[in-house]
Amino acid sequence: MSDNTLNNLPDGFKGMSHDMGSDQTAFKGVQWGKVMMWIFLLSDTFVFSCFLISYMKGRASTVVDWPNTSEVFSLHVGDVPVPLLLIAIMTFVLITSSGTMALAVKYGYERNRKMCAWLILATAIGGLTFVGMQIFEWSKLIHEGVRPWENPFGAKQFGSFFFMITGFHGTHVSIGVIFLFIFARKTFRGDFDTGKRGYFTTMKSDYVAIEILGLYWHFVDLVWVFIFAFFYLW
Amino acid sequence: MDETQNKAQDNSTHKIGIYLWIWGLLFVLSFFSYMVDWFAFQGLLRWSLILFFMFLKAGLIMAFFMHLFWERYALVNVLLWPMTAIACFIALMAAEAQYTVFTRLLYFFIGG
Repeated sequence: MSDNTLNNLPDGFKGMSHDMGSDQTAFKGVQWGKVMMWIFLLSDTFVFSCFLISYMKGRASTVVDWPNTSEVFSLHVGDVPVPLLLIAIMTFVLITSSGTMALAVKYGYERNRKMCAWLILATAIGGLTFVGMQIFEWSKLIHEGVRPWENPFGAKQFGSFFFMITGFHGTHVSIGVIFLFIFARKTFRGDFDTGKRGYFTTMKSDYVAIEILGLYWHFVDLVWVFIFAFFYLW
Repeated sequence: MDETQNKAQDNSTHKIGIYLWIWGLLFVLSFFSYMVDWFAFQGLLRWSLILFFMFLKAGLIMAFFMHLFWERYALVNVLLWPMTAIACFIALMAAEAQYTVFTRLLYFFIGG
């Protein structure tokens, strides 16, 4: 599509009816890979929603007291138990990595290869730190006797929801970290500047790929916002 | 004209300030939601504060980090309307949970 056509498209709701009703491409000017990532994230939203809704249903319908997450997830600093300390640090690490990713996308579009690559690498390391802390948290809870079918703190459903929800999120983070490392390497190598063809896709590399990766990473952060609110704080 | 051109090109870069602002805000909001637990607020105050900070954070991430604020409405609407289905599901399951806990209390403790 020529730039001229794109520039003359109306905005807002008028633009929406224009896009949808024109019997052509629906998302004009949006790279197809980006639309596909959004559709994937939408379906992933439904998966995570189902987990969180089943957690809501399980917690609301048990007649046994729910474990006090403030105490279950507290860490001892010296002799003082600090509530949710590890979870708070994990939240800050994930937000930090989200910020570096957003900047990586910006510098990618500005064709600032070095800056973009370093920021992706920083994001990957942030994600790795997060996964490491999650492993620590899991092993701590498993040591204390939390299992998917029982736990010493209260309602039995607690363990299965905890492992299911944080485990599924942790898997997402881990997959994201792998892709971040791969993309950091590709960026350092200059694939997105030279338009080198991808190994699997054989299509020309473009900096829009960084934005697509960024969408995935921000989504992982987004899901954590909801998990933090509903599972840890509620 | 400048604005439409930016939208159409799509890979327009935004000033670094906006990202840093959002980044800072996310830190502050996360700190506030942690404080909700720290001060051990209970009941309606706790729940409304948690939800308030949660939606604010989610909105900021989606609008600015995920660029939805700058996307075309066709895409934004396709992404946001399905959320109403999730809202319906939540309402249904909340009602279902009430019923389950009612029957459990009835049969476990009162004895039908």
